[in-house]
Amino acid sequence: MSELNILYFASLREALGCSGERLALPDGVRTVGALREHLAARGEGWAALGAGRNVRAALDQRMVGPDAPLAGGEEVAFFPPVTGG
Amino acid sequence: MSVSVQREDFDAGAEIAALSAGNAGVGAVASFVGLVRDAGHDQRVEAMTLEHYPGMTERALAEIVVEAEGRWRLLGTRVIHRHGRLLPGERIVFVGVASAHRGDAFAACEFIMDYLKTRAPFWKREETPEGARWVDARESDDEAAARWNAN
Repeated sequence: MSELNILYFASLREALGCSGERLALPDGVRTVGALREHLAARGEGWAALGAGRNVRAALDQRMVGPDAPLAGGEEVAFFPPVTGG
Repeated sequence: MSVSVQREDFDAGAEIAALSAGNAGVGAVASFVGLVRDAGHDQRVEAMTLEHYPGMTERALAEIVVEAEGRWRLLGTRVIHRHGRLLPGERIVFVGVASAHRGDAFAACEFIMDYLKTRAPFWKREETPEGARWVDARESDDEAAARWNAN
């Protein structure tokens, strides 16, 4: 199965100390929300992705909610609420 | 429709002129220019850096314009959003809308800005005398975007 291309932006990128990674779809992860929980469980700085933190997600460059399904091979981005304009 | 995400500045006058050039059916052009302010939350802002999500940004802006075109009778739209480091007084964003009558142009211009504020993946980081900080999203921006769903 092809890997996920995961991207992190803005304050979240700084908190994680990383702008992205490639990751095989972890066992049992079927949605964007489950992927977020999986990443947050790494501990330390990854708590920035934890429940209660104001984090938004995009799947293949479209904003999605936590129930958006993953099959592997997608581009998934996590970021804080946007502040452009 | 034309959408640009760029580092460079833009010429708002030239963009406004282009929206009606060659189309005498255009009776109204509404435009908005957003600028970097020198203060935020009682602190002096010395510079601002705009980060964005290349690829998604252009797509999100184009989708917002398509939605505006579905709601109002528009004869032309232009959106420019800059990224990178900007100083107070510099232009950040341009939205221009052409239509036959002013109502459609005014409404679509405001709609595009309200949706851009909540849906386009840009993030502002301010440099202040006390250090740099990421700008927090404002609830008032969500409320401004949500009111377009009510009617």
